[in-house]
Amino acid sequence: MRREVPVIICFLAGALFIGNYFSPKLQPVAQVVNQWAIICIAFAYVLGVANIFRINYQVITRKGKDWIYKVVLIVGLILMIYLGIFRGVKEGTAFNWVFMNAIYPMQATMFALLAFYIASAAFRAFRIRSWEAALLGITAVLVMIGRVPLGEAVWKEFPPFTEWIMNVPQLAAKRAIMIGAALGAISTGLKVLIGLEKTYMGGE
Amino acid sequence: MKSSAFRKLFSLFSSLIFLFLFYSPAQGAESSAPAWFDKNRVNVFIVLALFFAFVIYFINRAQKGKSLFVRRIPGLDAIEEAVGRATEMGRPILYISGIEDMDNLQTVASMIILGNVAEMAAAYEVPLLVPVCQPFVVTVAEESVKQGYAKAGKPEAYNPNNVRFLTSEQFAYASGVNGIMLREKPAANFMFGSFYAESLLMAETGFSTGAIQVAGTANIHQLPFFVVACDYTLIGEELFAASAYLSKEPKLLGSLKGSDLAKLLIMIYLVLGVLFVTFGIDIFLRWVFVQ
Repeated sequence: MRREVPVIICFLAGALFIGNYFSPKLQPVAQVVNQWAIICIAFAYVLGVANIFRINYQVITRKGKDWIYKVVLIVGLILMIYLGIFRGVKEGTAFNWVFMNAIYPMQATMFALLAFYIASAAFRAFRIRSWEAALLGITAVLVMIGRVPLGEAVWKEFPPFTEWIMNVPQLAAKRAIMIGAALGAISTGLKVLIGLEKTYMGGE
Repeated sequence: MKSSAFRKLFSLFSSLIFLFLFYSPAQGAESSAPAWFDKNRVNVFIVLALFFAFVIYFINRAQKGKSLFVRRIPGLDAIEEAVGRATEMGRPILYISGIEDMDNLQTVASMIILGNVAEMAAAYEVPLLVPVCQPFVVTVAEESVKQGYAKAGKPEAYNPNNVRFLTSEQFAYASGVNGIMLREKPAANFMFGSFYAESLLMAETGFSTGAIQVAGTANIHQLPFFVVACDYTLIGEELFAASAYLSKEPKLLGSLKGSDLAKLLIMIYLVLGVLFVTFGIDIFLRWVFVQ
């Protein structure tokens, strides 16, 4: 019973959303169920915060490795919850100030680091060690040249040639992966809906 | 509830759903109320019904004991090798399930693979760290890992503190995962699920720590990053095939065969479509468009 009931709920919810795609009559019902799902997911944040508290509190009380950073994390978490609930989140509030002056720049820094990571990954990818790597490297160089003004100056057909590479061989491979992935996703969805795949439920 | 009763109940529900879909009282009459069935989507419905039929047919075939061949997927074979390496080195395994919530099928597929990885980790007695990006996924990940440990016969070895919620902010999560990689030095990193710009940040950091890395995603734009920075990459559909491949369960292998047959039909359809369009007949082209 512990497994059958979730499978039935999962099947009904899945069937409703598949039905919603084909039947306009089901749209109002699907919208309501969607709202239920959003509410359930919102409650999951409570579980998430509880998980953070439980794990970090244990390290702090045991004075485990790097426990001082856990204190900073818990204090920061409580402070932001307090500021968000009791002082609001609009512009000019303390919550907004912390977000704009601490969290936002830190996230932007992480994103900016991506440029360096791409450079190091590209360096490895373009080392010509095999026939395939050579093909990849040459194609990449051609596409890069074709996408800057220098390419057009060298040969006026460079930009259209680059577009051909992107729109024909590249897009064909990409679409093949997309079709395969879409069928795989539908197959996984079906396995979950009919209860063939129950790993995610646990409880064995 | 006995399985036969469950099957009957399931058949009843499926019949009701299909009856509901096809029942169309407004047919032939002028009505402003929405229709029970959107006829512009009949092509999608036929394709979906055919696909479901293939999958169910091959599942039944597999259940009857017919052997089904599945090609070797090196990325999936490497999972056990990576777990073994982590055991030899006495270092943990890191499992990253992407940054999307449970409404993304890649995350669902990732949770299924997590169950298999947890079973291997339990069998080899190596710690499994699972930092999670979405709070809803934490609960599912906990259950998957718990079940993996139970399947391996070592439920007592399960450590709930190893499934950790970090944050649902994309780059904060990436920095959290990078921190775990640099501090805990896992011997094996698995990245299966839906990834975006953070994919390379994590994969490159994992590469720099010398861990064996296996990644898989259906997000096409992230695949090149994984191919470059990881030892093995599951491309698109291979991610969804993982559970069947790893568990070797006939019912799941049957579903793979169903997908393969659907792919074959799509290929035939594409070739015929190209030929017909070349000769100026656009019936195939018109049929695939959803209005």
